[in-house]
Amino acid sequence: MRAYAIHAGLLAILLALHFTLPAYHHGNLARVMVLASYAMGYNLLFGYTGLLSLGHALFFAAGMYGMGLGIQHLGLSPAPALLLGLASGAVVSGLLAALALRTSGVAFMIVTLMFAQAGYLTVLYFGEVTRGDEGFVIQQAQRVLWGVDLSAEGNRYIAALLLFGTCLMVSLWLVRSAFGRVLVAIRENEDRVRMLGYDVFAHKLAAMMISGGMAALAGAAYGLLFGYVGATFASVQYSIFPLLWVLLGGAGTVLGPFIGTLFMFYLIDLGSDLTTAYMLIAGVALVLLTLFAPQGVMGEVRRRFWRELP
Amino acid sequence: MLLSTRGLSKTFAGLHAVEAVDLNIPEGEIRALIGPNGAGKTTLVGMISGRIAPSSGRVFFDGEDITRLPAHRRIRLGMAYTFQITSVFAGLSVAENVSLAARRRLRGKALQAEVDAALTRVGLQDRRTQDARDLAYGHQRLLEIAMGIVQRPRLLILDEPTQGLAEGEIAEFVNLVRDVSDRTTILLIEHNMRVVMDLAQRITVLSAGAVLAEGTPAEIHANADVQAAYLGRGSDAEAG
Repeated sequence: MRAYAIHAGLLAILLALHFTLPAYHHGNLARVMVLASYAMGYNLLFGYTGLLSLGHALFFAAGMYGMGLGIQHLGLSPAPALLLGLASGAVVSGLLAALALRTSGVAFMIVTLMFAQAGYLTVLYFGEVTRGDEGFVIQQAQRVLWGVDLSAEGNRYIAALLLFGTCLMVSLWLVRSAFGRVLVAIRENEDRVRMLGYDVFAHKLAAMMISGGMAALAGAAYGLLFGYVGATFASVQYSIFPLLWVLLGGAGTVLGPFIGTLFMFYLIDLGSDLTTAYMLIAGVALVLLTLFAPQGVMGEVRRRFWRELP
Repeated sequence: MLLSTRGLSKTFAGLHAVEAVDLNIPEGEIRALIGPNGAGKTTLVGMISGRIAPSSGRVFFDGEDITRLPAHRRIRLGMAYTFQITSVFAGLSVAENVSLAARRRLRGKALQAEVDAALTRVGLQDRRTQDARDLAYGHQRLLEIAMGIVQRPRLLILDEPTQGLAEGEIAEFVNLVRDVSDRTTILLIEHNMRVVMDLAQRITVLSAGAVLAEGTPAEIHANADVQAAYLGRGSDAEAG
C-alpha cells in the first residue's frame, strides 16, 4: 500500500503543477509525461525482464501511425484511432517477439534493431500514404476527443497525465503481481525459472507484447496530443532514447523512467541554450552517472534508502 | 514405476556420454546414482528433467512418455530439480526464491505458510529477507533444497546436494531428505558415500555412460566390479 501511496503522490504533484507551472514548463511536462509512458513500456521489457531491445521505435511508430493513418485515411475519430494504434503495437510486437525471442543477448538486440530499421524504411517507402520524412499534421478539428479539444494546452496536459497515471499504475501493479515476479526471475536466472516449471517463452512473449502495447499507446497519444506524425519517430534515435531514459532514471524501478525522461529532457533543453553541442552535455551526464550511480537515479535510491522500492 | 528410461543415450560429437540406460524407480524409493567423474550422471538426469535432449531412447514418468516434453512441462507433472552448481536467484530475497518455486501452485496465505514451512525445515527462516547472494555457500545449497521441497514434487532430483557442505550440515541434510522421502520419490546424485549408504534404498552405478551395477547398498558395497571401477580397494573409501 505504501508503494501505491508514493506513486499516487507523484500523480498528485503532477496534477498540482498543472495549476501552477508557467506555460513553457507546463508544455514541456506534458511532453515528458507521454515520453515517460513510452519509457515505462520499454522498462517492463528491459528493466524487469532483462531483454534489451534496440527496436522499440517500431512499436512507438506502430502506435503513432496506426492512430494517424486511421484518422487521415479512414476518417476515424480520436478514440477508435487510439485503439487502432494500441492494436497495431500489440500485433507488431507480438510478431516481432515470435521471431526475435528465438535469440537472446546480442542477437536479440540486433534482430530488434534490424526489424525496427525495416519498419522505418517501410514508412519511407510508402511515402504516398505516410508522407515519409515530411510527415503529416493532424488538424485541430480531428483532435477533439469526446468533445474535449486535445490541442488546447490545459486539456493536453490532463490527457498526458491520465495516460501517464494509467501506465504508472499498470506498471506498478504488474511488477508486483505473480506474473511480474516471474519476469524479474527470468532476468535474474532464466534457466532456473524454466526448471521451476514456468514457460519462459510465453512469459517473455507476453512481456514483449505488453511493453510494445504501452509504447504504441504512448506513440499514438504523442501524435494525437501534439498533432504531428512523422518518420523521425520510427528512426533508430527513438529506439535509443527510451534506453537512455531508463538507464538514467533506474532500470527495473517503476519511477525511474519518468525521472530519467524528465532529467534528459531538461538537460538537453538547458544545454541547447548554452551550446549547439548540447548532446555533449547529455553524454557527460551519462558518463558521470555510469561512474557514480550505475543503477540510475532510482536504482541508487533503492540501494541506499528503500530496498523494497518497486 | 514412477520414473523409467528405456535405452536412453546421448552422444556428444561422437562421444557416448550416456549409452542405453534403462532405469526403473518405483514410487517412494530413495535411489542414489553414483559413478566416477565423467560417468554421465548429470547428462542422464539432464535428459530425465528435460534440460538435455537425448540422442535416442525414451523417458517415462508415471507411465506417460515424456521424451518430447519441454523441461517446464515435466516440472509441472511433478518433477523438481536442484542444480549441481548452485543456481538460486542471487539478487532476490531468500523468501522470494522459495516463493517463486511455490507460486506455480499456491497464492496468498497458503503460499506464505508453505514458504515459511519450507524455510523452517531447512533452517533458513531467520534469513528470509536477506538477498540469496549474501548467504554462505552451504546456506545457498539449503535454499536450493527448500526450493525443491516447496514444490511438493512427486520426484525430487538432487544433483550433488552435499557438495561443499560442512560435516554438521551434511548430517542435517540426511535427516531432511529422510523426512521428505515419506511423500516424495528421490533420485540422488551423490559423491559422498556415507550419505549414499545412509539414505539410499537402491543404488545405480554408472560407469563410462552405462549402468555397471544396481542393487541395495549392501550389494553394491560387496560388488567386485564396482569396487574395481569406482570405490577403489578400500572398504569404506570416500570417493571424490
